[in-house]
Amino acid sequence: MSIKISLKKGLDLDILGGVSDLTLTAVAPSTVAIVPDDYPGFTPKPAVKEGDRVESGQPLLYDKFNQQIKLVSPAAGTVKAVVRGERRKIERVVVEIDSHAKEPSAAKPSAGNADDARALLMESGLWAMMRQRPYDIVPDPDAKPRDIFVTGFDSAPLAAPSTVYLAGKERELAAGVELLSKLTEGKVYVSRHDGEALKDIPGAEMVDVSGPHPAGNASVLIANVAPVNKGETVWCLDIVTLARIGATVMTGKIPADTIVAVTGSEVEHPRLVSTLIGAELSALLAGNLKKETHHVRIISGNPLTGHRASMDGYLRYPYTQITVIPEGDDVAEFMGWAALSPKKSSVSRSFPGHFLRHKLNPDARLMGGRRAIIMSGEYDKVIPMDIMAEYLIKAIIARDIDRMEALGIYEVAPEDFALAEYVDTSKLPLQQIVRDGLDYLRKELK
Amino acid sequence: MKPNFEPGGKLHAFHSVFDGFETFLFTPQTTSSSGVHIHDRMDSKRTMIIVVSALIPCLLFGMYNTGYQHWLACGESHFPFWELMLYGFLAVLPRIVVSYVVGLGIEFAVAQWRKEEIQEGFLVTGILIPLICPVETPLWMLAVATAFAVIFAKEVFGGTGYNIFNVAIVTRVFLFFAYPAQMSGDKVFVATEPILGIGGTAPDSFTGATPLGEVATSDAASGLNITGITGDPISLWDAFLGLIPGSFGETSTLCILIGAAILLATGIASWRIMLSVFAGGTVMSLIANWCASPLYPASYLTVGQQLCLGGFAFAAVFMATDPVTAARTNTGKYIYGFLIGVIAIVIRVYNNGYPEGAMLAVLLMNAFAPLIDYCVVQANINRRMRRLKTKES
Repeated sequence: MSIKISLKKGLDLDILGGVSDLTLTAVAPSTVAIVPDDYPGFTPKPAVKEGDRVESGQPLLYDKFNQQIKLVSPAAGTVKAVVRGERRKIERVVVEIDSHAKEPSAAKPSAGNADDARALLMESGLWAMMRQRPYDIVPDPDAKPRDIFVTGFDSAPLAAPSTVYLAGKERELAAGVELLSKLTEGKVYVSRHDGEALKDIPGAEMVDVSGPHPAGNASVLIANVAPVNKGETVWCLDIVTLARIGATVMTGKIPADTIVAVTGSEVEHPRLVSTLIGAELSALLAGNLKKETHHVRIISGNPLTGHRASMDGYLRYPYTQITVIPEGDDVAEFMGWAALSPKKSSVSRSFPGHFLRHKLNPDARLMGGRRAIIMSGEYDKVIPMDIMAEYLIKAIIARDIDRMEALGIYEVAPEDFALAEYVDTSKLPLQQIVRDGLDYLRKELK
Repeated sequence: MKPNFEPGGKLHAFHSVFDGFETFLFTPQTTSSSGVHIHDRMDSKRTMIIVVSALIPCLLFGMYNTGYQHWLACGESHFPFWELMLYGFLAVLPRIVVSYVVGLGIEFAVAQWRKEEIQEGFLVTGILIPLICPVETPLWMLAVATAFAVIFAKEVFGGTGYNIFNVAIVTRVFLFFAYPAQMSGDKVFVATEPILGIGGTAPDSFTGATPLGEVATSDAASGLNITGITGDPISLWDAFLGLIPGSFGETSTLCILIGAAILLATGIASWRIMLSVFAGGTVMSLIANWCASPLYPASYLTVGQQLCLGGFAFAAVFMATDPVTAARTNTGKYIYGFLIGVIAIVIRVYNNGYPEGAMLAVLLMNAFAPLIDYCVVQANINRRMRRLKTKES
């Protein structure tokens, strides 16, 4: 028996440069990096120095406040740099891969009871790959999750289908679910997109979701299955992490391989690449960018929630996608607000292009000026949750804690507002507002 | 040219103005620095410009009707189309110019003072103001009222997006209450003087009251006597087409409906509000008509007349739907619109002092919109609280 959810609200952006061919190209990066900013709630302390030799799966960073939570190296090699930014904040730890390193011997770990399971997840770095609601942070080790939610697909624009990575990993998925069920008294839910070939996983409650993006977001899954209430904690993770947990339980080795979709209109041949977590972008994009004179925007992640990057950047967690689009800072568009050209598409019916359903070729421009919230109801059309988005945003801006709680801030993550930010005619930075609000709340309620 | 306006440049004091013109001509090249990397093409400039284009049919018809009423007032029986249009154009042009110059002048100055971008909200307000005022409104009054509304109904709250009351309506209401003698009665709604030698001079004995003005002062016992300025009766069809005396752009229900079609097809205005204003107006008209009383002559008007005469349709389509001052929740929009419709007819029928109630109804509901939304949002909050309680028990 599976739960069925059919979502009406949301928006699938049909963007140029998607992957059509599912064959994999292997890319071996020479360096990988772990970026602690990708793990909100994690305060990094270095566990290694520059020049240290590290094994694959050896901790690079640990959390200052919960020292058992670690971020581990995806590969064996030497620590090339611990890059620090302003106020000595650790920006990333770069590891130069030694391709001749011997595979460390691994023994099947014991994960018989809940304590062993927790210790295994923390030691292996897989704990940090999960998130909790409230606050959308790395799970607090002191809180017991009411339920655990696994998102089985990525609905973001141009995302790689998770089925490629999961092929032949049924046993791993089942082992992952078995381990997670030891950690909660509730259920382990796994979402599955309509028509995707993910088989039922023993021990998990399958949730069949249909509808447009953000159907794959964890918050949407949670909100439509069993919403988070004040005082409750739930965990969420994606299905790739679930498979990694299963593999770690079965073999003792932490899989660091991943499949990345290299996409976007500036990419010569959009393709799927099999590589390592935290791989360098220069290797992933080498020779595959169009020869253009204009600036391009390289995004480590998807165009809605990913990070701006440059050629010397790295694949960021949790993304399995690189997107390259035109920057657009050289486009002189005369009276763009009056455009009637059918080539210019929009979610608004005021553009004739809206009805033609061309593929979008967006650039990074804001397409307008930042304004106060003028139009009403825009956000709600793309957020398939029982959340009054505009009022929540206003409560966050006003730093009104009681009202944020009352309006359900514990149920949301910044990514849930990404589409709203895309359609917003006032061009407000909604994801940043939500992130700031969550951080503020966590600090005040500590 | 641009460096002159950047910090340190000679003309930096006019940076907002330069930026306003530059972004008007060219889509800004600013790219996203954080958050989503791509944005939809829709922005507030386009939103406003669609509303302005939806007002064009009303504007054009208003020109023709102004000329037509003037020709009628002068006792002509021959109506040359282009002369009528030209007369109407010349009558409205100074009002549009005054409204934009005063309003945009204040907006530019405030934007510069606050070091912000110029916001385009006044693009719509500036064209609405001449359309909802009588054609004979003295220009200086229009200037004073526009300045009052822009400063006290908008800028003091923080500018576009923060105002509580619809700026165009505040302008109209300011005129109505500050200069009652000039703003009502039977002299202001029809132009009586020639402009630049076009048109004639209406006889002194001429009176041109609006149909609703006539109704309010008529003796209901002898039946309603709605006539045009020549004394011929006004049919519902005339009222629908709009060849009747009234404020410049709001006489023609037909043109207003064309505007409504544009707003709804492009999805700019809320169909919930529009529909429910008309629903509220219909329901209240039926009730008023059902218990019609000679004390209140307007209660004898039929539903069709109530909806077609006066500013009701214009308010429903262009005023009530202003997203900033209307209710913002979907449920709230139904309630907000319905009450505007009801209150507009209530004021019109049961208050003989004010022949038209639409603008006051919108203004009143502007004040109540946040309360309606509060209740709707509270329902969402209560749902969340109940969920928590059932968990705990």
